[in-house]
Amino acid sequence: MTVLLVALGAAVGAPARYVAGHLLDERWPWGTVLVNWAGSFLLGLLVARGVSGDPLALLGTGFCGGLTTYSALAVHVHDRGPRLGSAVALVTLVPAIALCALGFRLGTG
Amino acid sequence: MRFSFVVAVAVGGAAGAVARHLLTIAFPDTGPAFPWTTFAINVAGSFVLALLPAVASIRRHPILPPLLGTGLLGGFTTLSTYSEQTRALLASGHATTAGLYVVGTLAACLVAVAAADRLSTATQRREFDAEEGDL
Repeated sequence: MTVLLVALGAAVGAPARYVAGHLLDERWPWGTVLVNWAGSFLLGLLVARGVSGDPLALLGTGFCGGLTTYSALAVHVHDRGPRLGSAVALVTLVPAIALCALGFRLGTG
Repeated sequence: MRFSFVVAVAVGGAAGAVARHLLTIAFPDTGPAFPWTTFAINVAGSFVLALLPAVASIRRHPILPPLLGTGLLGGFTTLSTYSEQTRALLASGHATTAGLYVVGTLAACLVAVAAADRLSTATQRREFDAEEGDL
């Protein structure tokens, strides 16, 4: 049951990432950056709201996990070379962690 | 972008997320410890994603890069859990572990991609990228 919820959430999150990347990823991968921000924000919010068990499996592990990606980030950063790649890594990771904290804060407030 | 490709990403993403879910149940990341399971998932997923362009049969079938790269490995790896683990480590005063985790994951994933890239040419990687296998 829980496994099916994870699958269902990711079956929505992963295609959303694909569409965002298809529409927005260029030399600067805005689509991938945006979904990684959004998923990090949402997961922080969910955890702060005390969402757990099956709802967390669907929305957190499934949807947010499917929406975000580390593998594509790693390939984008590597492919773009030291200068642009470092910028992509920084502009992805620092706001993602900050947005996760913001989501958590909004969720507890 | 074809609808069948969107469905392929959904199927691959679901399978990857379930694999990640099962691994984190078998080897839970708990408390203030370094999140080794998520670290390993992200490094392994990055390595395999960077291996895919080397496989000619994957490049020849246009649905396979979205299915396996963007779907399966994108769903397997996660940045949301990484952000949340880092936030939790920082909030509980484990800044050193958080810093090691943030930088260590990125560094290990980049080393993994660089190693896997040795098996493919730049042209093969561009072709895989154009087939949207790494979104």
